[in-house]
Amino acid sequence: MSGDMISFHAPEQDSLRFRRRVLVAAAFALACFVLLASRFYYLQVQKFEYFHTRAEDNRIALLPIVPNRGTIVDRNGVVLARNYAAYTLEITPARTNGLEETIEALNQVVPIDARDRRRFRKLLEESRSFESVPIRNRLSDEEVARFVAQRYRFPGVDVQARLFRDYPLGASASHVVGYIGRINLRDIERIEERDDVANYRGSDHIGKSGLELSYEAELHGVTGFEQVEVNAGGRAVRRLSSTPAVTGSDLELNLDMELQKIAETAFGDRRGALVAIDPSTGGVLALVSAPSFDPNLFVDGISTQDWKGLNESPDHPLLNRAIYSAYPPGSTFKPFMGLAGLTTGKRTPEQTISDPGYFNFAGHRFMDDKVGGHGLVDLHKSIVVSCNTYYYQLANDLGIDAIAGFMSQFGFGSRTELDLPGEAEGVLPSPAWKRQRFRKPEQQRWYGGDTISIGIGQGYNAYTPVQMANAVAALVNDGKVFRPHLVRYVIDSRTGEKRIVEPEPVRQIPLKPEHVAAVRRAMVEVNKVGTGARAFAGAPYESGGKTGTAQVYSLKGSKYVKGQVRERLRDHSWFIAYAPADKPKIAVAVLVENGGFGSQSAAPIARQVIDYHLLGKRPNQPAPEDVDAVESAD
Amino acid sequence: MSDSSFHPLRLLQAFLRPIDPVLLLILAALFGYAFVLMSSASPERLDSQMTHMAVAVGVMWCAASLPSQRLLSLALPLYVVGVVLLVGVALFGEVSKGAQRWLDIGVTRIQPSELMKIAMPLMLAWFFQQREGRIGWREFILAGLLLAVPVGLIVKQPDLGTSLLVAAAGFYVIFFAGLTWKLIVPVAVVGIVAIGSIVAFGDTLCQPDVQWVGMRDYQKHRVCTLLDPTQDPLGKGFHIIQSTIAIGSGGVMGKGWMDGTQTHLSFLPERHTDFIFAVLAEEFGLLGALVLLLIYLALFARGFMIAARAPTLGTRLLAGAVTMIFFTYAFVNMGMVSGILPVVGVPLPFISYGGTALVTLSLGVGILMSVHRGRLVNKN
Repeated sequence: MSGDMISFHAPEQDSLRFRRRVLVAAAFALACFVLLASRFYYLQVQKFEYFHTRAEDNRIALLPIVPNRGTIVDRNGVVLARNYAAYTLEITPARTNGLEETIEALNQVVPIDARDRRRFRKLLEESRSFESVPIRNRLSDEEVARFVAQRYRFPGVDVQARLFRDYPLGASASHVVGYIGRINLRDIERIEERDDVANYRGSDHIGKSGLELSYEAELHGVTGFEQVEVNAGGRAVRRLSSTPAVTGSDLELNLDMELQKIAETAFGDRRGALVAIDPSTGGVLALVSAPSFDPNLFVDGISTQDWKGLNESPDHPLLNRAIYSAYPPGSTFKPFMGLAGLTTGKRTPEQTISDPGYFNFAGHRFMDDKVGGHGLVDLHKSIVVSCNTYYYQLANDLGIDAIAGFMSQFGFGSRTELDLPGEAEGVLPSPAWKRQRFRKPEQQRWYGGDTISIGIGQGYNAYTPVQMANAVAALVNDGKVFRPHLVRYVIDSRTGEKRIVEPEPVRQIPLKPEHVAAVRRAMVEVNKVGTGARAFAGAPYESGGKTGTAQVYSLKGSKYVKGQVRERLRDHSWFIAYAPADKPKIAVAVLVENGGFGSQSAAPIARQVIDYHLLGKRPNQPAPEDVDAVESAD
Repeated sequence: MSDSSFHPLRLLQAFLRPIDPVLLLILAALFGYAFVLMSSASPERLDSQMTHMAVAVGVMWCAASLPSQRLLSLALPLYVVGVVLLVGVALFGEVSKGAQRWLDIGVTRIQPSELMKIAMPLMLAWFFQQREGRIGWREFILAGLLLAVPVGLIVKQPDLGTSLLVAAAGFYVIFFAGLTWKLIVPVAVVGIVAIGSIVAFGDTLCQPDVQWVGMRDYQKHRVCTLLDPTQDPLGKGFHIIQSTIAIGSGGVMGKGWMDGTQTHLSFLPERHTDFIFAVLAEEFGLLGALVLLLIYLALFARGFMIAARAPTLGTRLLAGAVTMIFFTYAFVNMGMVSGILPVVGVPLPFISYGGTALVTLSLGVGILMSVHRGRLVNKN
């Protein structure tokens, strides 16, 4: 039985068995090749006629049917992105009798300007010679008629009805919606990576930024195809069968376009960002990055001039400040620091410190804004008057590790995972972060003084407006942290079924209700008698807030005086707020770049936004800059 | 001696010394095919493929120059390095097209699974040679384990095509080493029954909600596309439909060089790599295809002859396995292009565009030459 497998020093027998096996292998190989040969015979001799007809005239072509892209509407049905049909003139270079001559002759029938030609050249480089490339978009009916009458003169030129993407609101909410553009080589790689090539056969646009990019899979739809018979010229003459395309899903947003527009207008021509979140769901009600841009410019390939204008502008309109720019939070950090003190047990709400107007640490004097100090300060007062000394001490008592540990729960220094691409992490500094960030050993060391600055939101830390807004939402939601999301429903185009983009609580921060209440009481007081009081004067609702100033430029030792600093070096103005105070429906973070004090630029914008959201009240002008607010410190 | 070493004839002699003229001739014929087909399918790649060929011939010559016992002594280190790299891929590999196959080693990206195609049979041949005279069921179990580890790692990537090739390469060694028929026959029967039932019940099994145990979606998709290419006429099925049209419309004599309409109207996908056989069948017809089959058969015949006459157990097993690897490449590729096997990314050996596979295969030819020379040396 085992003789087959086990051999005892019998090389001859071994060798003989090996040769037998080689014969078996050779016979197997030969058999397989005979199978191949008979397959070839079957295909090439027996079925030759069949395949010959299929290939010879190349009569049957499979044409993709490009699906309509889904639309994007706000929570009230206001359209942010839609499609419209228009005619394009397209050239298939391989079928023309000379490309240049064709274009010249075409120009006599339908005007083709220099910009069209430039774009055509660019598209031509990216495509293959048998693909049709558009030379003119949006033909008028008269132009179509003129061309069709003379079509016989232009082999390889065709009029096509195509759908174009349109953003009717232009620059409004463009950082949210984003735009689509022509598929380039990088997109093709991405499509191949997803193994989605078949679905993009025939598509020539794809989401490039914003929701158009992050919801590309939902918006695109499923490509259909039809089998057509084509004549010798390659023109379809008869449809044999077809599988319809499936229109992409529509998106319904949490965003309220009216609120969004009011927020955008409130910025005027200032730079900055605003994020408003519904604390109970994490739904984003408004997301502004000012200045903005017109996404319609990108759809058919942006012209060099327009691109230069946008890309080289010192205001960086293409930058989505709300999710990508991180700024030191300044005093808006104090409510969170105060909560850290209470939660860790380092402070009680009643405990007071005596503020002489400065805090000495390791031979350095950290100054308060108020010369001579605020006297006796407890937690409530520390937030209302924005007392620096209280937080210098608190930061020192907590230590950097406790601060970083507590703040990370609020999402500071990590992406909120909002449904927009390109979100930045910001910086929640810690000794570990500093070691990674810097090269030189003396820069890598964490100093006690670093911690002190963090206590008042200055120094290395930097957070995006969406992080700030989400942290405020978590604070007023008793520590429940959501993943903020712009899209409320994805609506199936066939069934009309609405798929809810679930409010996802990411985590629950363990907080004591009485601690949160103490901090919130102080924030309400800020808007009554503190730095938010002027902006919220006369409001028929109660709200909570906190101003902040992010230092742009360190004026070592000297006092900051507004007029003496160039505009671009002025501090950034922060304001965080929520309302109504007892049951918040909206949490807002506003940042105005170089806006000076928080009370001066950012708070009036927040007021207009909250007024509209709670009362439906529309402002009649952009939010004013409160020049007198300069006097009151944060 | 040194004064005459520059003589061109001497140089040629030195070059030819380790070379087996028969194998060289066969290789030249295959390269000739490659040249002619590449000029038609993708002339812009001709230059770079010629470079690949030059490198491949160099690699072949180096392998042929090494004594076959030296080659076998490389088995263990190569195998260990290969497995370590595969583990590296699993841990740090780059994901491309949904699979983790590449390892970035700074200078370049490498695909360790490719190395395994040669390291695997080398390792097993060396292993059996070590145990010569006392090969029992223990040895076969050990060999099976040695084979299973890298194959498992490659399946995980997932790379079905390469894992099948590596598994086949290892299996051939075990088969030639004398694995009992009592094991082979039942497994083969089960395999045939399984494939038969998939073909028979393909319609039910390919319903989208049917999950296949142990297979990824894309693997199921490939098998189903093979069973019914019209299910996916814009994706993978498109390849098979178009390549069968190309082959069938070639007829007996073909449409003529450069005159393949499928090829030149770009209906044929990947026409310079995996589907280059369709170009051959379209432009040179049944005749051209059969001549290629004969050239491959000549290659196998020569390989088996070398194996049968090899002096030691290790070299015998190695030569036999290498020959069967050539066969597997050729059969799987032509089978897939003509629509009798699923589309697994296996190139047409010595002809498809691409440097990696060409170098691997030429290394195999070099090994055959080395084994052949070993016999001559032994005789002397």
